[in-house]
Amino acid sequence: MEKIKTTHSRRSFLRSSMLAGGGLMISFNWLSEFNLSDKISGLDTAEQWNELTGYIKITPENVIKILNPNPEFGQNVMTSLPMIVAEELDVEWQKVVIEMGPHDNVKLGPQFTGGSNSVRMYWKPLRDAGAAARHMLIDAAAQTWNVPIEEVTTKAGMIYHEKTGKSGTYGDFASKASGLAIPKGVKLKDVQNFKVVRNSQKNVEGLKIVTGKPLFSLDHNQEGMLIAMIEHPPAFGMKLKSFDASQTLKMPGIKDVFSLKLYEDGFEQAGFDTRTFNDLLVVVGNTTWEVMNARKKLSVQWEPTTEIKETKNMFGRKQDVVIPAGLESSQSHYSKMQARAKEPATQLRKDGDPETAFKNAAQVIERTYTAPFLAHNCMEPMNCFAHVTDEKALLVGPHQAPGWIEPTLSKILNLPADKIEIQMTRMGGGFGLRAYGHYVTEAALISKKVKAPVKLVYSREDDMTYGIYRPMYTATYRAALDANKNLIAFHVKGGGIPEHPVHANRFPAGAVDNYLAEGWELSSNITVGAFRAPGSNFNAAAEQSFLDELAEAMGKDPIEFRLELLKRAKENPVGKNNDYDVDRYAGVLKLVKEKSGWNKPENKKYSRGVAAYFCHNSYAAHVVDIVKRDDQPYVERVFSAIDCGIVINPDAATNMVQGAVVDGIGNAFYGRLSHKEGVAEQNNFNRYRMIRLREAPKKIEVHFVENDIDPTGLGEPPFPPVFGAVANALYKNTGKRLYDQPYLEALNNNPA
Amino acid sequence: MAVYNLKVNGKSRQVDVDPTTPVLWVLREHLNMPGTKYGCGVSMCGACTIHLNGNAVHSCQLPVSSVGSREITTIEGLSENGSHPVQKAWLEHDVAQCGYCQTGQIMTAAALLRTNPNPTDAQIEAAMNGNICRCGTYLRIKDAVKSAAKQK
Repeated sequence: MEKIKTTHSRRSFLRSSMLAGGGLMISFNWLSEFNLSDKISGLDTAEQWNELTGYIKITPENVIKILNPNPEFGQNVMTSLPMIVAEELDVEWQKVVIEMGPHDNVKLGPQFTGGSNSVRMYWKPLRDAGAAARHMLIDAAAQTWNVPIEEVTTKAGMIYHEKTGKSGTYGDFASKASGLAIPKGVKLKDVQNFKVVRNSQKNVEGLKIVTGKPLFSLDHNQEGMLIAMIEHPPAFGMKLKSFDASQTLKMPGIKDVFSLKLYEDGFEQAGFDTRTFNDLLVVVGNTTWEVMNARKKLSVQWEPTTEIKETKNMFGRKQDVVIPAGLESSQSHYSKMQARAKEPATQLRKDGDPETAFKNAAQVIERTYTAPFLAHNCMEPMNCFAHVTDEKALLVGPHQAPGWIEPTLSKILNLPADKIEIQMTRMGGGFGLRAYGHYVTEAALISKKVKAPVKLVYSREDDMTYGIYRPMYTATYRAALDANKNLIAFHVKGGGIPEHPVHANRFPAGAVDNYLAEGWELSSNITVGAFRAPGSNFNAAAEQSFLDELAEAMGKDPIEFRLELLKRAKENPVGKNNDYDVDRYAGVLKLVKEKSGWNKPENKKYSRGVAAYFCHNSYAAHVVDIVKRDDQPYVERVFSAIDCGIVINPDAATNMVQGAVVDGIGNAFYGRLSHKEGVAEQNNFNRYRMIRLREAPKKIEVHFVENDIDPTGLGEPPFPPVFGAVANALYKNTGKRLYDQPYLEALNNNPA
Repeated sequence: MAVYNLKVNGKSRQVDVDPTTPVLWVLREHLNMPGTKYGCGVSMCGACTIHLNGNAVHSCQLPVSSVGSREITTIEGLSENGSHPVQKAWLEHDVAQCGYCQTGQIMTAAALLRTNPNPTDAQIEAAMNGNICRCGTYLRIKDAVKSAAKQK
């Protein structure tokens, strides 16, 4: 059991805390707010943190600190994860000090934000940690008081022995408790007795956010720090040939201009080492503005790339990847996808005899859907601070998975992992993009080269034109109906650049006798990456639009039609490995039906669309209400029903669902990143349309299914079905079925 | 390079910078006030919003040479401790998700309420439409602006 004793002045404590947390130390706001300043004064002379499990530290003065283990990118884990610890530890939430933890996968678990996994993967470990620490404190008190451990109780950070009338604070026993072994399998609280969890708690960083404190990596500053920017090729399919930096070097504040390779030839990339451009042209100077200006004076020759063959190591699974040469355009992407969709594809799942069913069908409905590349457009552009020396490396940056980038840094910098410190800053958005490590590695290499602390800054244009986009997708859905308009076969054939979106075992698999799912892929030199609910964010648009059209053709209510299919999947499921829970899926549909007043006459003035989807272990359904405003469709109201199991922090969860709805409407209406001859046609917000306040709905009503199921994901699941519900409402509003995203562009390009 | 005497958050500050340097970077990198954010650099996202003589402006397109004697207020100067009604309303509604755009949103809202203490929905929409939030916190932003208007 580690015991940390340090003695230093408050001033140095503040400074070291800022460094350790990358500027994330929040304790003093909280402490001062709750009049615990007398306890801080103890820190002036000696600070003794007794560590109980990796997540909890307690001083003798009973200052209780909980570390948030996981990177924060707006999903509010800084608040929700410590809440779970506090619940089992039995402490008063308002008095707990929350701090961002260091990168330490041994002590603090996987430390990965993505896949809507933060709460799901930390739920049990953090409950265990809180309960174990509480048990250790009880044990220490029982030993000290020489009373049976079963008779010792806790309440809100205090320990009691009723019979003898003895009591003490957690702090009184923290030192002794920290010397005990961490018990395993301590009984957890009954979820019905939760006091912290399931009660809305404010964002613990709220005050720092609204007062503009330096929480983000781009805010990081330190003595002697230089600014670096990278001039990347103007087009995908181009690379650096040569450059003349003489004019750039004459510009004020410029220190150096050089090229370097991100990965040496033959470097085996890990799954998230995606890099778009390998030869980096770097400008280093004193300030961002000076470097931005000096870049304009570069004289650079670019040349076409040749085909690249490389091996990627996807967490142990080796994958050969071919990156084609050439300057690609969106127009040819669409025509290539169209042609490829007619060719045979890989069978992903087959139930029954779909071929015969389609042959014998009285009616076949076939529709094809497309969606463009999307840029993540995190409001904080990619950036990272690095200070690399021959002995060690310090990275301060916004990254969703420090544990994934560390092995790469270790190889590239030739430093052992324990000499690499990665501090996790609050991220100005992530949405999947910050799971990729290119900018972290670039910053490290640049710092090593210039032998100085460096902050690598991407301009908005750099950020938007770098790639790692949401893939382009298409899918053709076919349904076979018999003479009585019963659905007898269902076929999805999906493809994409460079990956297909199909989740073969998801609904309506399991609900149709004859089912076929297929996928195909086209390679590209435009890089792609995870984007809020990968694959799902397209499927839920296409499939849920198709089901809506199908219900109409069958003369059924779209919600009732889905519920009928789910009933079939429950009572007599087709095939194996259906990966959704029928009752939970139906549950969100029923809830949204009730809450939205579906089919109620008072809602007749709205063009209503519904969609539901399952992904990342959770279930979401939306009813979208569209009206005409200034002659354009406007989403005025949305009703959302979510089943993500136990909701840790209800108001924050509601915020996240509302945000996912707004984000979904924006991307469905406007989102597009297109290319011409390899050049991204949108490089800033003047050309890439983002949803704005005026276009956001007036009301988004969020309802959670109440149950005691262990929490599942929430960041991603509400997002995909927004697209389908929007498409279905747009049909009601305009009379046009929309098959190509972004919908508003499709609508305005093809007016009725 | 040229020397400029700026009035920032009620204090006189002197900087020696290129005249074209946007106030955004002067604040962030010369005066160590990183609360004003870089989002786009082309006046399209509002993350860099400050007050110039009380009016909301995008500091990424404001050359330091054009400021003159006008008073700059940044998020750091809106209040020392988050006590401005707009900041309090932001906390009350727990608006932020990632939080990056929120200082710009707050500065825009504060300037609106200074000149228009009781804005209509349409006026709030018009004033706040220049500030992008990728997390999609717009409903809470609107609610917070209304709450702040009531507090004033």
